[in-house]
Amino acid sequence: MSALALVGHQFRYDQKAFWRNPASVFFTVMFPVILFLILAVVFSGEKVDVRGGIEATTYYVPAIMSLAIISATMQTLAMTLVIAREDGRLKRGRGTPMPPWVFIAGRVGNSIVVALMMLVLLAAIGALFGADVPWDRLPAILLTLVIGAASFCCLGIALTAAIPSQDAAAAIVNAMLLPLYFLSGVFIPEDQLPDGVIAFADLFPVRHFFDAFMDAYVPAGGPAVSWDNLAIVALWGVAGLLLAIRYFRWTPRSG
Amino acid sequence: MSYGATEAVRGIDLDVQRGEVFAFLGPNGAGKTTTVEILEGYRRRSGGEVSVLGEDPERAGRAWRERIGIVLQSGRLDPYLTVRESLDLYAGYFRNPLATADVIGLIGLEGKADERTGRLSGGQQRRLDVGMALVGDPELLFLDEPTTGFDPSARRQAWDVIAGLRDLGKTVFLTTHYMDEAQRLADRVTIIAAGRIVARGTPEDLGDRESGETTIRYRANGREVVVQTRTPVETLHELTAKALAGGEPLEGLEVTRPSLEDVYLELTAEAAQPPAEGGVPS
Repeated sequence: MSALALVGHQFRYDQKAFWRNPASVFFTVMFPVILFLILAVVFSGEKVDVRGGIEATTYYVPAIMSLAIISATMQTLAMTLVIAREDGRLKRGRGTPMPPWVFIAGRVGNSIVVALMMLVLLAAIGALFGADVPWDRLPAILLTLVIGAASFCCLGIALTAAIPSQDAAAAIVNAMLLPLYFLSGVFIPEDQLPDGVIAFADLFPVRHFFDAFMDAYVPAGGPAVSWDNLAIVALWGVAGLLLAIRYFRWTPRSG
Repeated sequence: MSYGATEAVRGIDLDVQRGEVFAFLGPNGAGKTTTVEILEGYRRRSGGEVSVLGEDPERAGRAWRERIGIVLQSGRLDPYLTVRESLDLYAGYFRNPLATADVIGLIGLEGKADERTGRLSGGQQRRLDVGMALVGDPELLFLDEPTTGFDPSARRQAWDVIAGLRDLGKTVFLTTHYMDEAQRLADRVTIIAAGRIVARGTPEDLGDRESGETTIRYRANGREVVVQTRTPVETLHELTAKALAGGEPLEGLEVTRPSLEDVYLELTAEAAQPPAEGGVPS
């Protein structure tokens, strides 16, 4: 098989395993949908004072999309790669002629495809709640998604080096991401957060990705592509990539 | 060959012939896994020369990996893929894989082909491990303690699978701490203890080792007498001469040669004596 066919082969089986795993289907697919439905129902009719004032439901579409994309990439990769590492599956794979990067490429491909599906799913559900799909901004939305997804994939792979065991994976990933979602305005609209909180959240990539996604998705003044936010997200991604290259390990930490 | 700060194995000199089942036998912590991981290319060695299928495993590439199959000591498969899917996935990594259905037959999992691997028993998972190593149709298979922790019937089934590998013409490098496993499966056995080789030969040769003590038992005046000797012919001659002269029969006379198990325990106990040469856990 050519290298590309080999990546496709690996991807096919990663997809099967992803959709059969109840934890990944619930946390990556169902959870963002449920979260959006709750927020859309609770805050329906309210306005959020950003971008010149928008409906709360319109606000939460790009907010929960950002969360879903980070979940499909960083969170899914960090958790499934640690499990595969500790199960000895990464080590086993290295004993075959398959180039190691093919394995990673298959997983990254899986994450990006799931992220794209979540974009479509949440856009459709958002439209039911009156958040129109901004078709004319599709190129900007896809560009933002691809840069964000790739960067958060790199961060997820890098994060595996800091996770010692399967049991620690969910705890460490959630301990990092959940507070950042709150501080970045993903759960609580940013007009209700003190300035200091946003300034603090600005130190991390979640806030910049959400901001870029909001610019791409909500047609309220300003260009659709937020280059400065995307540049910061991409820098985080490159840093993650370098850390991953240096510290990623294929053999189990335990046993 | 060392791993971390402790030298795990030293002065190991192995020579495995094409088409044989070679058993590398030793107690836990003897350095078996360290050695086999050096041969598999997983670990760097601090010294010495290694050639596996004509290449140095540290530098060997994809073409070499096409020719070997590895069963690691521990490891789980993706629990959400079936037996058939797991084998198909690995078959895709190799240029000339065996047909998945044939591999399923060789490992005796015909009835479980569409079962998810997470639902297999420990013994079935281990046989699938062997299948995953076999599906690339390698010339050489490494099996690191393939039956540790098995119940007797699962071991018997695993042994049948391994014996079948020899019939396929594969070379098998088997590590084990079970003597009966080496005796049952191997053409040649090398015994390692505390990082050093203490014996080598066919299972029969090792059982006949001259160094082992012969045990002579008999009853005299209703009491059991046990004599351990390295010169059984002379000792027996003396005993029987005395018995004939004195008119006292050696009741229940029994002469036992050391079994392979005795030899193994004796050798590994000897090697463990100097505590300075401790191995690392394998």
